[in-house]
Amino acid sequence: MFPTRPILRSSAAIELLGRIGADAERTLAYLGGLATLIGKTSAALFSSPLKRGRSLQRAVHQATIVGVQAIPIVTLITFFVGVIIALQGAYGLQRLGAMHLVAGLVAISITRELGPLVAAIVVIGRSGSAFAAEIGAMRVSEELDALKTMALNPIDFLVAPKLAAMAIMLPCLTIWSDLMGVMGGALFGVAGAGFTLGGYFIATREALALRDVTTGIAKSLVFGIVITAVGCYEGFTTSADAEGVGRSTTSAVVISILLVVLIDLMFTYLFYFARLGV
Amino acid sequence: MSLAPAGRATPIVSARDLRVNYGDREVLHGVDFDVTQGETVVILGGSGSGKSTLLRTLVGLEKPSSGEVRVKGADLANATARELDAIRKRIGLSFQGGALIGSMTVGENIALPLLEHSDLEPSTIEVMVRIKLEQVGLSGFEHFSPSQLSGGMKKRAAIARALAMDPEILFFDEPSAGLDPIMAAGIDDLILNLKKAYAMSIIVVTHELASAFLIADRIILIDRGAILAIGPAKEIQQSAQPRVRQFLDRIADSSADDEVDHLRMYTEGI
Repeated sequence: MFPTRPILRSSAAIELLGRIGADAERTLAYLGGLATLIGKTSAALFSSPLKRGRSLQRAVHQATIVGVQAIPIVTLITFFVGVIIALQGAYGLQRLGAMHLVAGLVAISITRELGPLVAAIVVIGRSGSAFAAEIGAMRVSEELDALKTMALNPIDFLVAPKLAAMAIMLPCLTIWSDLMGVMGGALFGVAGAGFTLGGYFIATREALALRDVTTGIAKSLVFGIVITAVGCYEGFTTSADAEGVGRSTTSAVVISILLVVLIDLMFTYLFYFARLGV
Repeated sequence: MSLAPAGRATPIVSARDLRVNYGDREVLHGVDFDVTQGETVVILGGSGSGKSTLLRTLVGLEKPSSGEVRVKGADLANATARELDAIRKRIGLSFQGGALIGSMTVGENIALPLLEHSDLEPSTIEVMVRIKLEQVGLSGFEHFSPSQLSGGMKKRAAIARALAMDPEILFFDEPSAGLDPIMAAGIDDLILNLKKAYAMSIIVVTHELASAFLIADRIILIDRGAILAIGPAKEIQQSAQPRVRQFLDRIADSSADDEVDHLRMYTEGI
């Protein structure tokens, strides 16, 4: 016989449920805040699409910081990741006597997954955090209020150029990081697996379908939008003290990585079951 | 106690039973006053008196919870974003800490509203920036970044930016706070010069008595979220009202009041 006891006997259980409810509410409010910010920024971008030279200038300036200046570090990291995937793959493939498959393994893991993901994580570390710090510091020093009293909307002025820059530059960085990952794989292919350089690239091309690359780029576009939204939202909601800016910056990084991985999971799941990528 | 000097034109700024809440807490408990064209009004009050909230409400950064605030005839609480922007192009606000955009030079900061809201040629804007900087005594500083300026210079640069659009109403938030007496006197002189040179209305929020009596035509003394006294500077100076006297003669509150004020200081802005 089971002892008969009410499910919510203890107040601790009620408290736990209450906490779960409160957390869920906060999470929903946060996501709602992000969605509102993305909506307002898109509206700003589409209603007055960078038509004035200065908005375009600001977007180009952001694109330089977010994209162009990230090239060296993205190059370095994805190149090494390419080498690592090749090494890890070779470890298994060697035993099966299938070393010739290493090029395809690298190509598919990089273009579908690691290229977009590594580019996104580098951009979160460099720019997502910087957005939160920049806007947070502006909030603390009343610069956001100053913009408002000058009849300048902080969303048009600050967020729109960042979103435009990010939506364009993260896919570009992803293409670059795909390339560099394959180059990393090629280094191992040539040095350790008996490929010629030309042969390695032919094997890569044969292993890849166009949609391996395009799904990766599509993901990176969404990543770019989410990273911008989280960074800017954290900045706008910074509490008005110096510690607040630090906290916002940390949250921007942690929450961006979490959301990017969740979105990645959703994309992969959808592509898998839609048999688009299989 | 009159809301505005008798026999003058329609007010350029007016508040009627203005109440502002932060969450559940009411920080302004029904404030009434008018500011007429060309007048310099000082809103004087201690820490936590609600004077900064009042200023933020007058420029549309806070929404009143009830009552009415009109600037140039437009009701700020019910104005659309576009109407609010139209009003804001006609006002200038000099923030306490300057609030210059840190990523821009001083010159770019002053040029910003002109670039965004006018179709002037860049060369014309450059000249205007130089004129505004000269007016505030900062000639030659256009290529400095805000972080290279001292506190007093930042305030001057902020005043130059507030003047950029030739506003009809100029607001100052604590213009002399945090400055040494000489610097503070310099800012007072600057405000007096602006008052003489332009026909604009000036609204200054401060807790500095000397500065208030020097620049004000009229003073609004605000205490615990309500107007304690309002009138010409001289009238306020000679007021016999005990609470006014206490503020003017800088007498500390009794300890019970002190604690409440102290708490209020911490809860200000929540």
